[in-house]
Amino acid sequence: MSRILLSGNEAVAHGAWQAGAAVGVGYPGTPSTETLKHFAALDGVYAEWAPNEKVALEVAAGVSFAGARSLVTMKHVGLNVASDPLFTLAYTGVRGGLVILVADDPGMHSSQNEQDSRNYAAFARVPVLEPSDSSEALAFTTEAFELSERFDIPVIVRSTVRVSHAKSLVEPGERVTAPATGEYATDPAKWVMMPGMAKRRRIDLDRRIAELTEFAETSPLNVVEYRDTSIGIVCSGVCYQHVREAMPEASVLKLGIGFPMAPSLLSEFASRVDVLHVVEEADAYLARSLRQLGLVVTDLPLLPAGELSPGAIRTAFGLPEPTLREAEEAMPPRPPLMCPGCPHRPVFDTLRRKRAVVTGDIGCYTLGALKPLAAMDSCVDMGASIGMAHGAELIGGFGKRPVVAVIGDSTFAHSGVTGLMNTVYNGGAGTVLILDNRITAMTGHQGNPINGITLQKRDSHEVDLEGLVRALGVPRVRVVDPQDFEATRSALEEEIDAEELSVVIYKAPCALLIKEKQDPYAVIEEACTKCGVCIKLGCPAIGKDEMTSRAYVDTSVCVGCGQCVQVCKYDAFERTGPSCDFKGADRR
Amino acid sequence: MSARNVTTVMLCGVGGQGTILAADLLAKVAAGSGLDVKLSEVHGMSQRGGSVDTIVRFGDRVFSPVTDPGMVDHLVAFEIIEAMRNVHYVRPGGRLMVNPSSIRPLPVLTGELPPPHGLQAILAEENAVFIDADELACEAGSPKSANVVLMGALSIGLDFEEAVWHDVISRRVPPKTVEANLRAFALGREACQRGECAL
Repeated sequence: MSRILLSGNEAVAHGAWQAGAAVGVGYPGTPSTETLKHFAALDGVYAEWAPNEKVALEVAAGVSFAGARSLVTMKHVGLNVASDPLFTLAYTGVRGGLVILVADDPGMHSSQNEQDSRNYAAFARVPVLEPSDSSEALAFTTEAFELSERFDIPVIVRSTVRVSHAKSLVEPGERVTAPATGEYATDPAKWVMMPGMAKRRRIDLDRRIAELTEFAETSPLNVVEYRDTSIGIVCSGVCYQHVREAMPEASVLKLGIGFPMAPSLLSEFASRVDVLHVVEEADAYLARSLRQLGLVVTDLPLLPAGELSPGAIRTAFGLPEPTLREAEEAMPPRPPLMCPGCPHRPVFDTLRRKRAVVTGDIGCYTLGALKPLAAMDSCVDMGASIGMAHGAELIGGFGKRPVVAVIGDSTFAHSGVTGLMNTVYNGGAGTVLILDNRITAMTGHQGNPINGITLQKRDSHEVDLEGLVRALGVPRVRVVDPQDFEATRSALEEEIDAEELSVVIYKAPCALLIKEKQDPYAVIEEACTKCGVCIKLGCPAIGKDEMTSRAYVDTSVCVGCGQCVQVCKYDAFERTGPSCDFKGADRR
Repeated sequence: MSARNVTTVMLCGVGGQGTILAADLLAKVAAGSGLDVKLSEVHGMSQRGGSVDTIVRFGDRVFSPVTDPGMVDHLVAFEIIEAMRNVHYVRPGGRLMVNPSSIRPLPVLTGELPPPHGLQAILAEENAVFIDADELACEAGSPKSANVVLMGALSIGLDFEEAVWHDVISRRVPPKTVEANLRAFALGREACQRGECAL
């Protein structure tokens, strides 16, 4: 096979496939999502989305215990969710190889926090491999399966956004048949981690890590490149590529294995260079690890937060930077926004008008926090909205303002359902809105249990969301079409006023699922009173004319959903013919 | 070509304009011409109408997939506000190609911030070449091919054979739109030759 361009995610999927992985399972999360999508499309594999990362890892554990190789995919925050089984799987070990892709997001391009998953590897005592480009992403993944079985332990492949979402040349190979694991035999001392057995496995885990440490000392996954020895740099992952770009003459120790460390290898490198530096993103994991080994690491003036670039590294080493043009006045920012026709918009417009305190969650609807809707007060993690609303209600809420929890369908399945169960069990009141747009939209339209679309399009069952919520014991449950403003408003008002716990399921498909666009609307200039109510919808098709202050519609963006018609008291919107303007081009 | 025989191209625009497809075309042309290539894109929130920057780097051997201000050899802006936002990435003597259309950011649509004015004049002083990609795309028969018009313009300043471009475009775009996209590519090249956009 010749060289092809693959993203790091695609390369991990291909590496797992080449290693003979039988099953792939994960939960969508940028920047990891495409990995499983790509894996699912390869020949001879089974793949599925799980409702959350904990379940995904548990499914993979079952695959492994039964003797086959499995790939689990998630983003860094997902590893928090999966950390419970992870820590114990280090003890039990594996039968079939178990590899966990964790994609970190330094710079937080699409995440609520920045965390370095190598800390989890060290914390849980699970080896972590760090590819620096797509070619290594493939090779390291196949190697991870070998190591998993050889050392009887799950292996993390840690990627970052510039590996996952960067494309580079890869030479893919053929699929191998995974080695046979032998007949399964009942063995509670290995698989049942109750205290008596776990104590022994803890000792065994330390033995396995000691063996891995020895392996790391001579593994070709760790590479030493001696050039000019006046500067020595220890780095890993994409930072290696930045270092080679910025400091082509420096000596480099590239760690492919981030845990366990290789003390002798590192000491040898340290002794042969004049000054030892570490270059890494988002956290000082490597620097701390080296110092724990007793090595002297000279600090560089690099910010610990965010992403690195070759320029940032050059600057840290005091090398000259190009003279830049002076910056012009700041350009208006371009925040992400809800799509034209988005069914979440009427709900947030209504919440804003009711001055509700909204405990929010993770998904497209988090954009309800942005102006002009500005109707979300908190967003912490997947599933947090319902628990936070319950907590606030416990102490009487926020004065006279109603407390409303907002959560999406996929997030509800992920970990909202337990929060709601808790509220019911403990006699909580309050209002919960489930925004069911029939898809996991933010990450690019993955299925989930509530819409019943499986990853490989197999026959499936769609959870009866209304029935599920009733079965949990919620006394007041109703399903409302959010595209109907009047119904949206009246339902919200009634349920806020109700003394009991209530759930409103606002059910309407994601605007991007609707392929047939209706004719756009236009503004009747004489009818527009410049009241600005339609502008507050935050619809990307509606603007305020800077000269007249009247509303106008960019007909090339409008999808004809009619939300503006419903909020305009002056009948200033009318349907017009299809636009012949260029898509999105504004020549005003 | 900058240090170590590596060329850095940055494509910037707004989610939905096809910058990522255009970057993919360029990367495949470079790979198909026997060079090492790295392409870095960030998606996620940017799919919802945010700014999108894509970096393509090619040469004998490419290390970093990202770049820094003052290091870009060719900046292709699909939208004029994004051109202004990223103009400081262009190295001294580098090329700047701009589609003069504007897509207004939400804070401008809502009247919270004024629309920026006079960008074309400022960019002209930076030796920007303006390619009316939207108009040329319509002329080619598909308004969505503006990204390929810009690749046609970019191709004039790069040392790749036209046949490789044609081959990559034909394989990569939807089958029904191959002809329109090849026309768009040709119109972009012509516009560039007319406007002396290869420095």
